[in-house]
Amino acid sequence: MNELQKLVRDYVVREYLEEGDTREIGLDTPLISGGIVDSFSMVSLKRFLEKKCALQIPDAEATPAAFDSVRTIVELVDRLGGKGPVG
Amino acid sequence: MAYANATRERLRGEIAAIREAGLFKEERFIHAPQGAEIDVEFPAGAAVQPVINLCANNYLGLSSHPEVLAAAHAGLDRRGYGMSSVRFICGTQDLHRELERALSTFLGVEDTLLFPSCMDANAGVFEALFDEPDVLIADRLVHASIVDGMRLSKAMRDTYKHADMGHLEQKLAEHQDRRTRVIVTDGVFSMDGDIAPLDEIVALAERYDAMVFVDDSHASGFIGATGRGTHEAKGVLGKIDIITTTLGKALGGASGGCVSGHAELVELCRQRARPYLFSNSVPPVIVAAALKVIELVSRTTERRDKLEENARYWRRLLTEAGFDLKAGESPIVPVMLYNAKIAQEMARELFAEGIYVVGFFFPVVPKGQARIRTQLSAAHEKHHLDRAIEAFVKVGDRLGVRGLGREEIAARFGL
Repeated sequence: MNELQKLVRDYVVREYLEEGDTREIGLDTPLISGGIVDSFSMVSLKRFLEKKCALQIPDAEATPAAFDSVRTIVELVDRLGGKGPVG
Repeated sequence: MAYANATRERLRGEIAAIREAGLFKEERFIHAPQGAEIDVEFPAGAAVQPVINLCANNYLGLSSHPEVLAAAHAGLDRRGYGMSSVRFICGTQDLHRELERALSTFLGVEDTLLFPSCMDANAGVFEALFDEPDVLIADRLVHASIVDGMRLSKAMRDTYKHADMGHLEQKLAEHQDRRTRVIVTDGVFSMDGDIAPLDEIVALAERYDAMVFVDDSHASGFIGATGRGTHEAKGVLGKIDIITTTLGKALGGASGGCVSGHAELVELCRQRARPYLFSNSVPPVIVAAALKVIELVSRTTERRDKLEENARYWRRLLTEAGFDLKAGESPIVPVMLYNAKIAQEMARELFAEGIYVVGFFFPVVPKGQARIRTQLSAAHEKHHLDRAIEAFVKVGDRLGVRGLGREEIAARFGL
């Protein structure tokens, strides 16, 4: 995992896993289809990425498919020209 | 009409996919009034079978109570069947005003506005009151109608881990730049039966300048010493800004819901909430019966006391029989089976034994958290629960799940 992937993975673990949930989150772990992140709670992930990577994710791009794994999330950030972790 | 074959095929494909995923919901036909013992035809066309009902929201047993029925008949005779209007054109009777006042007194708030259902109340309230500069911060297990209602508002939305006050505090601190912060929670959570820590939520709201919204649908009428709801149970009567609740569960079980709280926010809902503005008035027969229900629950705590006793007794029976329960104090008692297939099989076999319960599994509850949700009623007598536990023991043994916790079930059956 690169730095951005690790940042996203750590945020997912911190934000979405309950205490005592020992599931491993890998690059391709299904987050939304796997029931770890519900589409409603996805909003905080979107905000986190926008802040950390200094970019705007248009609502049309913030789809459950695009947010379904650490890999697809980071691909989306790259495609939208995110700066990588800032601040 | 252009119902193309391609459309028909697509819809059929989607129905087939629901079946394949094991998520197809079938109606069971009840040949009786709602109650502790009902006659059920299931599957469609099968012989009607008497069963003990452990899955209704008929918490106080008022759905078919004689005084409620008499009040409904009187309402029908005096104020007619339908209003043929929305409230603000010619659909508001003296009875609507009377019920709104009675609910305000019962819930301990300034004002109340009736909606056709609590689903409608939740669908209307957020859009009417909050906008782009505001943020709604919801518990992750709130009811689907709240999720839908929040989506309809232009306010920013965020969530916190279920009943996790540390996480909520962090979110409140993060959102100090918003115009208004609103903490959104159920009073009693419908799938787990646990009660929101409203005392702690109110303390955080005061510290971080936030409003508090509570959907008390699974609490109004029976939670708290006099059944006022979760705010009474947690000692914060008068400190909740917005309460939504339903007449469709403990309070008679027919239909109708409301938004209750500060006068200005209720007035703004009256002016703006779309489900209030664009759907028919709650019919007079329901309003008249609901007034009787409020009178009954205000007169005595007998029914909520019996419900509490039934819930305690049922929890004890299940625990002694070796079933794994979600801890809690409400009349929602989830029997944890973790494995979706086992939960479905158990519900099916219990039905064959004359016990009507429903299995819940993903996506209704998280993966690996499948369960049978049992719900108690003041209409239950001890002999109903004694018969039900016999069936649970018999079926539990047949499936080999009695005495097993999550780890053992996972090891034996998978999750």
